[in-house]
Amino acid sequence: MASNGIKDQVAIVGMGCTPFGEHWGRDAADMLIDAASDAYQSAGVDPADVDAYWLGTFASGISGMVFSEALKTPYKPVTRLENMCATGSEAIRNAAYAVASGAYDLVMAVGVEKLKDGGYSGLVVPGPDGDGTESSMTAPAMFSLLAPAYCEKYGVGEDELKDVISHIAWKNHVAGAKNPKAQFRKEVSLEKICNSPRIAGMFGVFDCSGVSDGSAAAILCRAEDAYKYTDKPIFLKALSVAAGPNEGFISEDYDFTTFQEVVVSAQDAYKQAGITNPREEISMAEVHDCFTATELVLMEDMGFSERGEGWKDVMDGRFDGDGAQPINPDGGLKSFGHPIGASGLRMMYEMWLQLRGEAGERQIKDPKLGLTHNLGGQPGRCVSFISIVGRELG
Amino acid sequence: MSGIISYGAYVPYYRLTRKAIGGGRGERAIASHDEDSVSMSVEAGRGALAAKPAIDTLVFATNSAPYAEKLNATAISAALDLPTQVNTIELANNTRMGLAALLLGTDLGKAGRTSLVCAGDIVIGAPGGARERDSGDAAVAFVTGPEENAIARVLGRASTTSEVLDVWRLPTDRFARQWEERFGIEVLGPVSIDTAQRALADANVAPEALATVILDATNSRDVAGVPRALGLKPEQVADMLAASVGRSGVAHAGLVLARTLDQAQPGDKILVLSTADGCDAVVLEVSDKIAEGRPERSVDHWLASSNNEIAYNTYLKWREILPFEPPRRPDPDRPAAPIMKRNERWKYAFFGSRCGKCGQGHLPPQRVCLKCRSIDEMVDERFADAACKITTYTLDHLAYSLQPPVVSTVVDFDCGGRLACELTDVDPGDVAIGDKLEMTFRRFYTGQGVHNYFWKARPQR
Repeated sequence: MASNGIKDQVAIVGMGCTPFGEHWGRDAADMLIDAASDAYQSAGVDPADVDAYWLGTFASGISGMVFSEALKTPYKPVTRLENMCATGSEAIRNAAYAVASGAYDLVMAVGVEKLKDGGYSGLVVPGPDGDGTESSMTAPAMFSLLAPAYCEKYGVGEDELKDVISHIAWKNHVAGAKNPKAQFRKEVSLEKICNSPRIAGMFGVFDCSGVSDGSAAAILCRAEDAYKYTDKPIFLKALSVAAGPNEGFISEDYDFTTFQEVVVSAQDAYKQAGITNPREEISMAEVHDCFTATELVLMEDMGFSERGEGWKDVMDGRFDGDGAQPINPDGGLKSFGHPIGASGLRMMYEMWLQLRGEAGERQIKDPKLGLTHNLGGQPGRCVSFISIVGRELG
Repeated sequence: MSGIISYGAYVPYYRLTRKAIGGGRGERAIASHDEDSVSMSVEAGRGALAAKPAIDTLVFATNSAPYAEKLNATAISAALDLPTQVNTIELANNTRMGLAALLLGTDLGKAGRTSLVCAGDIVIGAPGGARERDSGDAAVAFVTGPEENAIARVLGRASTTSEVLDVWRLPTDRFARQWEERFGIEVLGPVSIDTAQRALADANVAPEALATVILDATNSRDVAGVPRALGLKPEQVADMLAASVGRSGVAHAGLVLARTLDQAQPGDKILVLSTADGCDAVVLEVSDKIAEGRPERSVDHWLASSNNEIAYNTYLKWREILPFEPPRRPDPDRPAAPIMKRNERWKYAFFGSRCGKCGQGHLPPQRVCLKCRSIDEMVDERFADAACKITTYTLDHLAYSLQPPVVSTVVDFDCGGRLACELTDVDPGDVAIGDKLEMTFRRFYTGQGVHNYFWKARPQR
């Protein structure tokens, strides 16, 4: 028994992504039509040529008909799937396995979320009926538990850590400012970030990702067919998911300075891709910066930084757009926005642009391997997805 | 013969100063936004049940019943993990029913039955009125039963029933109304004196033999003539806690009795009298078992643990008297009846589970062990009285609450086990990792007409 992976067996040959933001005038169907149309066009395929679809949406609709009715796809298989905030990445993963298996030749992974019709602040998570004993913590509160725990474990002062997480917000706003599709396209000063009103624990407004509407789509085929559609395909090197058993809220050993799900999925992905030194071998990454402190902890969980050293790497600018290992070059969830079901595909969209040299003002020089990391849940209790993609086979 | 076997009291953490209301001396006890007569009675009941007596009857009295139709005592019974075979009885509609419940319990004791008697009340009055100013919120609980175990036995009693329009409230009204005070005194003053005298005669106790006299009434002036009529000395008359609690409705006579028992000596004789639509009176004698039946926390202990920095408008918001700007978050969902029933032991009695193979604790209870993956090897374990401490915490300014920010914590139990839960009765600025906590039964919110009870943690009181 093993996680064998499908390294170099599947390629992405076309992608589309809508701008993310508050799309008061457009519904989920509108955004699906836009993202899918861009993807068809990008791959140069007729919609009729796509054999099957995987639609990721967290809560903007039920069943594959959300897509088939919007696009009027003629009786094609459409699977709707959900894995919390990692939903969009799951669409890619399942679609990739379908072409790798030989069941289909050409498939689409598409994600969408319409969050801004609800009228509430932050994310509202619809759940099954309950007994009223479930924790009522909001998402920022859940993730804010990381900050004091990190301070305690590594002897970092709270003010010092506030500077670190503010740097992450600042960096991701700098990146977003260069991205025409990002929700927040303005640089924000460190001072303003630091002094923003507190939402939860050490987090201010600027430590939180955007609540947004958006959609993104990818067209996948087997690697050997990739050049039929584009001369610059990107190849999947690794796909990994880990779902946790809720260790964080059962075991007294868990200390809120790590995501074990991320550690496991990263190790699995590196094994699939044959990576031994992620700090050096991964050119860039889109990671799940739902909150600033999440990005800090992820750097250590994914092996980009040593344990307890991530905060120094952040302050040294290692993960800045012009740093040694740029993280979230498109602005991340922080400033590109976070329409749940679309986010994993949006991360892949940046890999698509960067590896093809099409990222414009924010183009990273000669990237070889990129990583996307998508997380659903909370510290101690989550699902984690990691993909590794490259522009060449082998 | 029968009597009181043990007891417990509960005074909520928060106090509203009469100065904050607009005048007057002292303060009144106020239940927090997450408390009601049921949750406070559970807290009092935990004190009374410390020695784990076998209870066969539960009597609950309140004038602030969380449900007008549906037994409220069932939630108390479930939260206190009483056997489902108990007989439950609920009394209401008049503040005298607290003492009436105690007398019912002692009567049942004569039949060999052991009862838990709880009385709890949240007393509100129309803003600016005497009832708002002079009332309080509290709960008390007594275990009653046969005399051989009693810390205080009943020597005698008397009652009077009086059909009189004194204090009343329609089912649809928020606030009680009162006839001209002088009329109530005219009718209930003589009733109180007569009932007290008959109780003493029944007990064959002379007034001068009484160590303490507890005079409780809807209007304190209804009983103001009793000391003189009985020839009592001032030191025989109990402090009715007007300056520190206020009159706590059905709980009040019992609360002052609990405080009296906290300090009583074997052989002390106590007259307890409660006047409202008539009068009940009982004469008790403290036995030499008194030290065994006292709860860990005295009434004065509860009184000393307090916070009176609550603004009047916050209090009015908690009682839903003052409308306020809601958070831009969805209203909480009502809990679902089948799930509450399936998870009754978790939700109410706070039972988690512990793996019989490796010892890992699980809250809520699980079938599969996190650590050793054993299936169905769990042993139920009640965590309600287990000590715990803060492992980490955060202040959640976004979450729905009547007292933002919500203090959300991850707590670890000393006996092993972890829970993410809300902290209550706490100053958000005064929370630190490692703080010692204890669990408390609360009403979290009411969603679509359903009260949602569960447990929170609070700093040790």
